Amino acid sequence: MSGTGAVIGGTPQARLAATHIAVAVTAFAVAACMGVLQGLSIADFEFPMRSEQLYYISVTAHGVLMALVFTTFFIMGLGYALTQAQLGRLVGLKTAWLGFWVALGGTVTAAYTILTGQSTVLYTFYPPMQAHPAFYIGATLLVVGSWLWGGVVIASYRSWKKDYPDTPVPMATHGILATIIVWYLATAGVAMEMLLQLIPWSLGWVETIDPIIARTLFWWFGHPLVYFWLMPAYVLWYTVMPRIAGGRLFSDKLARMVFILFVILSTPVGFHHQFTDPGISAGWKFAHTITTFAILFPSFVTAFTVIASLEVAGRLKGAKGLFDWIGTLPWKDPFFLAMALAMLSFAFGGFGGAINAAYGMNSMVHNTAWIMGHFHVTLGTTSALTFMGATYWLMPRLLGRQLALPGLARLQPWLWFIGMGIFSTSFHIAGLRGLPRRVYSASLAGEQGGAWADLAQAGAIGGIVLFLSALCFVAVVLGTWLGGKRIEAPAFEFAVPLEPVTEKGLWDRLGFWTIVGIVLVILAYAYPLITLWMTPRFGSPPFQPF
Amino acid sequence: MSVDKYERIWMFGAGGLIVVFLVIISITAATQAVRPPSHIEVVNPATIAEHPEFGDPQLRVEADGRIVIPVLAQMFGFFPDPLEVPVNTPITFRITSADVVHGFQVVGTNANAMAVPGYVSQFTYTFKKAGTYDIACNEYCGLMHHAMVGKITVTEAPGGQR
Repeated sequence: MSGTGAVIGGTPQARLAATHIAVAVTAFAVAACMGVLQGLSIADFEFPMRSEQLYYISVTAHGVLMALVFTTFFIMGLGYALTQAQLGRLVGLKTAWLGFWVALGGTVTAAYTILTGQSTVLYTFYPPMQAHPAFYIGATLLVVGSWLWGGVVIASYRSWKKDYPDTPVPMATHGILATIIVWYLATAGVAMEMLLQLIPWSLGWVETIDPIIARTLFWWFGHPLVYFWLMPAYVLWYTVMPRIAGGRLFSDKLARMVFILFVILSTPVGFHHQFTDPGISAGWKFAHTITTFAILFPSFVTAFTVIASLEVAGRLKGAKGLFDWIGTLPWKDPFFLAMALAMLSFAFGGFGGAINAAYGMNSMVHNTAWIMGHFHVTLGTTSALTFMGATYWLMPRLLGRQLALPGLARLQPWLWFIGMGIFSTSFHIAGLRGLPRRVYSASLAGEQGGAWADLAQAGAIGGIVLFLSALCFVAVVLGTWLGGKRIEAPAFEFAVPLEPVTEKGLWDRLGFWTIVGIVLVILAYAYPLITLWMTPRFGSPPFQPF
Repeated sequence: MSVDKYERIWMFGAGGLIVVFLVIISITAATQAVRPPSHIEVVNPATIAEHPEFGDPQLRVEADGRIVIPVLAQMFGFFPDPLEVPVNTPITFRITSADVVHGFQVVGTNANAMAVPGYVSQFTYTFKKAGTYDIACNEYCGLMHHAMVGKITVTEAPGGQR
């Protein structure tokens, strides 16, 4: 099999991947500063420049930069690095750079309108609240750039397939390709929202907009978006983490099945974000509930396979008892530590997700601080901490520099895990008590803070710990990039499966599963959207937030 | 190649758990009407001020004795406000927005629905405990989103404000 053990450090492909990661880390650093101030503001700690306007601008910027920019650029960079390492090629390097500049141009344009206070619509940008047209156009360009990325990876895979027609694609690339398919299925929804609704409306070409159709198209995109964040983390857990631990991938076949299940199930689920919306029938909400619960399954399988792979590592090192293999794992390795703590967080995040998916319980927590707590333990830890750990693993391999400040790199995942534990738990409980999300002050109109003021303060303390962790991360990245000792770039090495898949099977038929995915999206959305479209409705004129 | 025995047990366990969850949801939906608020009704936000029901929204008692409260959410308040309703009586809330998307959440309960311009959200809720509840806007709606709070007093006397 080609690719395993490849050294790519110093090549143009490595430079491409590293540049994407640099943008991701920059976005992360800016957003982290805003996050800590938001935590302080919610808890009613006074600080200079605290104002409602700045708060809502910074919530918009934090959401866009963390959820859309940090993640997308990181995943693009990771995808390039893994493809180059496993397939030994990137077909269309110029297209890849074009995608980078389009995405960066879009990001800078959108960020400019946010930071100048012209697009304070939060990262969900629900109409009829209206942003500057450049915000929608910039966000669209970010997505267009990522489409080019997907095209380059797919073209590389096709070229590789010609050379190795009978070989199953290596596992990490399989996972990245599945991620790209999910991304295309997902972004089709938001592209329709942008091109058919938001952009023409923000330019004044049409006077009104339908907020329910917009929300439906947004959540067509918004939920698979979380799998776009999660699947690259799974790729690393399956293919790199057991290698670092000295183990084997427990089940190659089931890992492939997991990614295919995401391809088909991640998109037809969006109505669970709209349980309390009018205009959508309870029957369709129930249909999406079924698919939402079904998508728990691949994560359950992942929990088993990854932990079993780590147990193999401990057994190979001689562990005999029921649990002593846990102690043999490389807890001092910052990459491994970050991954392991991210996985542990996902256990809590997954349980919370099952609660959100059941609409009886969802009514209690919908749009409360619980939701904020939930996605900080999932996106904010499971994905983000995995990506931070992965940055420690990628940098030496891409830049040919030794990781600087290893002590800080070992401390950082613990700080993130502890800080997020405090932050997320506090806001989960505050949300159950009724604290709405996205509020400038937990005392709301001035006298409502009684039930949750202490929790908001605890959340702010968690936010400060998270900020310290973010500082450590940025210091390690900057230290490595600018002053890391030059070394020969280590090879990209991936976990060897206990029983490798040697022949192409059902789970390698990516084209077939893409079609199944498209059919399911059409089944899930065509009828409700067409019905909405046919119903006589009244559009909404635009409103500026302030 | 085969799937490891323990992994197979785990997969059946996980699949079984998901099926149990879905069965519980189906049964409660069918027998106890545990359903999300999914009312389908449209209203013109541009002329909402002249609307017979939402132009000057007031609590009303229908001929069959049901209490219906139309609520207009508008930057940055709920109308009518404050509200007074009797305990242990089903109250039907009908909610829409005059401008952007708002949320309508009776704090400490699961009475929770979106207020979307152009559409009417509707659900029925029975307060089991007397007392004063805050109604919070839980969807970002602008500069004073956090301060968009209404009040509802649930009175002990059945019948309450008529």
